[in-house]
Amino acid sequence: MTVTVERGARAVGKYRQPGPRSPRTRDSYALFLLPGILAFLAIVVVPFLMNTGVSFTEWQGVGSPKWTGLANYRELMDDSEFWASFRHSLFMVVAMAAVPTVIGLVLAAALFDYIGRHFGSRWAAVLRACFYLPQVLPIAVAGIVWSWILAPDNGSLNELLKAVGLGSWQQDWLGDPDIAPYSVMGVMVWVQIGFPLVVFMAGLQRVDPQLHEAAELDGAGWWRRFWHVTLPQIRPEIYVVLTWCTIAALKVFGAVYVLTKGGPGGATDVPSYFSFSTFFEKTQVGYGAAISTILTVIILVLSLIGLKLQTRSEDADEGIRT
Amino acid sequence: MTAALRRYPVLIALCIAALFMVVPFLIVAVNAVKSPSEYAQNGPLSLPDGLYLDGLKDFWQRVDYSQKLVNSVLISGSVAILAAVLSVLNAYAIGIGRVKGRTWVLAFFVLANMLPQEALVYPIYYLSKQVGLYDTRLSVIIVFTVIQAAFGTYLLSSVLGRFPREIIEAARIDGANKWQVLWRIVVPVSRPTIGVLLVFFFIWTWNEFLLPLVMLISNDNQTVSVALGVLQGQRLMDATMTNAAALLGVLPAIVFFLVFQRTLTRGIAVGAVK
Repeated sequence: MTVTVERGARAVGKYRQPGPRSPRTRDSYALFLLPGILAFLAIVVVPFLMNTGVSFTEWQGVGSPKWTGLANYRELMDDSEFWASFRHSLFMVVAMAAVPTVIGLVLAAALFDYIGRHFGSRWAAVLRACFYLPQVLPIAVAGIVWSWILAPDNGSLNELLKAVGLGSWQQDWLGDPDIAPYSVMGVMVWVQIGFPLVVFMAGLQRVDPQLHEAAELDGAGWWRRFWHVTLPQIRPEIYVVLTWCTIAALKVFGAVYVLTKGGPGGATDVPSYFSFSTFFEKTQVGYGAAISTILTVIILVLSLIGLKLQTRSEDADEGIRT
Repeated sequence: MTAALRRYPVLIALCIAALFMVVPFLIVAVNAVKSPSEYAQNGPLSLPDGLYLDGLKDFWQRVDYSQKLVNSVLISGSVAILAAVLSVLNAYAIGIGRVKGRTWVLAFFVLANMLPQEALVYPIYYLSKQVGLYDTRLSVIIVFTVIQAAFGTYLLSSVLGRFPREIIEAARIDGANKWQVLWRIVVPVSRPTIGVLLVFFFIWTWNEFLLPLVMLISNDNQTVSVALGVLQGQRLMDATMTNAAALLGVLPAIVFFLVFQRTLTRGIAVGAVK
């Protein structure tokens, strides 16, 4: 900070006549920030504060809200539906962060090391494109595709099982409360996997090939090189992916809305869908606001932890290299 | 020799895995061109006898799909351009202007980007009703311009922070003011990053679901995502109609993917590393 101030001052002194304008030049950049700040206040900050305020009231969306203090939050603590929705969030974190990261790492290493090196980068690019394709699909459309594939009668998956003689494995994939959460998880893995893969493949390009060659000369097999050379090198990317995917998992809404509407019997309800239905179907606005406020706090805490891990690993990374 | 023999199983395994990823698209495409009677008779796994396009045509007319496409293009396109402009202005002040307290301003944008939309949706719904913008495409454009610009500011600020200062100082000596420096030098030089932002904003906005679902209730204003999602949620579609809906929803995404593939993969890498 001080360095830039000095540099700026020197530049001004050297090239400009000292006058009343010079001290203002740096600050007048702040004018460029004005539209952005105002828009943010109106669209993000004010609504967010309103939402937090409403969470301390009882309000049906019309008339004036009635202040009830922490009553909504106390009620939430005893609400089994609320706890269930957060339990399902953990399922989503497994399906959208943990599993895609692990699979993404293996796929990226295999595509980069094996396919890229022995069959050419074209093959690697085409295969990567196949894995990435679901990421550009609107989640509502992905939901339509999968709810049709997983349909109990005439659905492709059940028909396929019948065709290969596994008819007894047929299920009502989205309608059976014991199976629906896992079906939704499977769909989310399919949706999510391209993101870690692309990030990791970009990260692998940073890894110095000499490290690999040295390890290979020492007789280290593929898995050991992957574990001891590749993984430590792309640790910053792993933290980025885990943070982003965990946050995305906590925010999941569209997939649940289209696939199951939280059902059957709340078996796939998640906090965002729970707050949506509380807002707009039950019109208990104060209660819905409390749910979304808790979700926000959790997401912000996780983001801060993620950012911290990320900066620390990037610092460590630079320490090694210099 | 043994190494060469080991390579092929890896290639084959990866090809099978990739096939699994695209099979849902293929099944949808195959079934969207079957007639209802053919579907009822042979099920979803058989190959179509011929090209039956009435199902698609029917669906197109029933949901007025052209209008939905126009809405989606209008909303996503406006958001992409406006959010990119807003990001450039913010990032110019933060990355090149180095305004006081910029770390805090940046942290504020980052956190705003992380906020779940659930925490904003009801007040935005309520306020838009108060100012008469409820159920207009403009309301969705305004909201997403701001939300997407949060990410754009974050990404572009770090890119502009490394902008060669000699160029800017040289232009200033030549008498260019800040506005001219921004549009004649900074923007043209940063064109690759801005291009990435435009593509991302467009596709992200195209795919948005929760806020458009809440804000756009009349048929004439709905986006592709919302219209298809609502239809599916009502559970009123038969198998042929579902397939038509799925195919028409998938096609634009595939077009964007093919057109923007390079930008997308490069962009994700840039966005993730910084």
